[in-house]
Amino acid sequence: MLRVIRDLLKHDGRFRVAFIFLVAILIMSALSVVSPHDPGRTFRVPADMPPSLEHWFGTSSRGQDIFWWMAFAVRNSLFLGLMTAIVSRIIAIFVGLTAGYRGGFIDRALMSVNDSFVVMPVLPVLILLSFLLKGSMSLVTLAVILGLFGWPWDARLIRSQVLSLKERAFTQTAVYSGTGAFRISLNEHLPFVLPVVFATTINNMLWSIGLEVTLSVLGLSNVTLPTIGTAIFWANQHQALVAGVWWWLAAPVVIAIILFLGLYLLFSSVNEYIDPRTRLRRIGG
Amino acid sequence: MVVFLGVTLTFIIPRFSPNDPVETRVSQMMMSGGQVNPEAVIHLREALNEMYGLKGSSLEQYLAFWGRLFRGDLGPSLSTFPTPVTELIARAMPWTLGLLLTSIIVSWVVGNLLGGIASYYTESRVMHVIDVLSQAVRPIPYYIMALVLLVVFAYFIPIFPFSGAYPAGTRVEWSLNFVLTVIKHSMLPAISLVIVGMGGWFLGMKSLTSNIISEDYVVYAETAGLRPRRILFSYVIRNALLPQVTGLALQLGMIFNGALIMEVVFGYPGMGMLTLQAVMANDYSLIMGIAIFSIIGVATSVLILDLLYPLFDPRVRHQ
Repeated sequence: MLRVIRDLLKHDGRFRVAFIFLVAILIMSALSVVSPHDPGRTFRVPADMPPSLEHWFGTSSRGQDIFWWMAFAVRNSLFLGLMTAIVSRIIAIFVGLTAGYRGGFIDRALMSVNDSFVVMPVLPVLILLSFLLKGSMSLVTLAVILGLFGWPWDARLIRSQVLSLKERAFTQTAVYSGTGAFRISLNEHLPFVLPVVFATTINNMLWSIGLEVTLSVLGLSNVTLPTIGTAIFWANQHQALVAGVWWWLAAPVVIAIILFLGLYLLFSSVNEYIDPRTRLRRIGG
Repeated sequence: MVVFLGVTLTFIIPRFSPNDPVETRVSQMMMSGGQVNPEAVIHLREALNEMYGLKGSSLEQYLAFWGRLFRGDLGPSLSTFPTPVTELIARAMPWTLGLLLTSIIVSWVVGNLLGGIASYYTESRVMHVIDVLSQAVRPIPYYIMALVLLVVFAYFIPIFPFSGAYPAGTRVEWSLNFVLTVIKHSMLPAISLVIVGMGGWFLGMKSLTSNIISEDYVVYAETAGLRPRRILFSYVIRNALLPQVTGLALQLGMIFNGALIMEVVFGYPGMGMLTLQAVMANDYSLIMGIAIFSIIGVATSVLILDLLYPLFDPRVRHQ
């Protein structure tokens, strides 16, 4: 693992940039542990102060130090992305492996469910759902809901891989030596599928963090919880720009750009490292 | 199929929800109304139940739900009672449509043209710059781009207004003056959509055409001495267009969702703002109407796309 990272750092410019960005993001989210302020409390510092040495990102109209608030926000957004990715990965791996290996009726049933999820417009359904859960929506619930909607593309990808693995000699050997279907999927096929899973994880994180921002800006998530989305929500609520508090909007924007670019560049360089052929799919998709 | 599933989902979801919309509404009214006698509450509850179609068994409800949908009846809006939901949507739709249609088409045309040219003239310096820029812009969501533009061009260099589609207090009319202000107000949202969209189309087109350039017929055309421009437009770009048309159609279907955050950020009076208002006012029927509307929108465009495919690609026709 470490050697791979060192190799990529040496040869891939995109990976270098991604590495720097993501390390910065991680440091920032780690800093939230030593934050002098509780993110839930307002009016701890003078309101509407421009960025200075004391308050790096300035302070908001709600009297919060934006730097420390964003530290929590980054941590929460990252957590949400990871959590969503894990939930949807589990579903995708399960569906992909079963559909690919079992084939026949199970495959057709699973894939028709899959197809409906692929074409389903997620956003309106999510808006409706989170509207009804308004108030009782925690970060974990949101992550699970997003996870339930985020698996179909990747399940398809995994299935197509398994379909080709199934025809290979080693699968046949395993079958003739009496290995059960479950063990074949888990021990023989899963290792081949894992690189794909890893690459799609990053994409899934981007997707879920983006959706969180959408829902939060509409005020549909738990807005007292600091995330990148709720930061924009509050700045918008207080009409930060009209009031001249531009740093309140700039902070989440800059951090979102660093996070998104970092994850995307990591995704594309890892993807290429795993399989050069995906280069085309990535750009086309 | 998608419509069926989507509508069924919008039917099922509220029934699993811990918050009963009727009860929420009733308690809301009781709180605001002060003294209410119990009989009136019962009446109100019945009326609301009727309105939400919560009468009878689940199956009956489900069928009634479809029946109303076919008549184009999405029920009255709760916050601006008794204006029907459909009317509110109809009022917001033109704004969203106008903004998104223009920017999506502009970014599609420009992005594809540049993409085709970039892959054909690989040594061009300008194209290389555009390439790098598109790579950098691609992962950034359009709303982040919108916020960047907003801070820069409305706050630091105030050439564009902060928000709205027209200045508050102006009458909506078909005069040159009004149209000009509307265009000025929609410039920033449009630009952010175009920039991000263009990056995507550019990269897509480039990867598509880079395959085609090495195909036999292109090499043949080159040896036959056709002019490069002719090869580029009638051989290379034309053959790469089909997946891009698919993408365009899918995007156009998504129009019904609007660029939600974009409109919220810019205070643009389209579907996004309508959604925000509905959320703020706890207008359940309006949210549901918007959700159903956008699901149907996406599904319809997928269907139309399937029907139109043979027109674009003769290979599909022959199968």
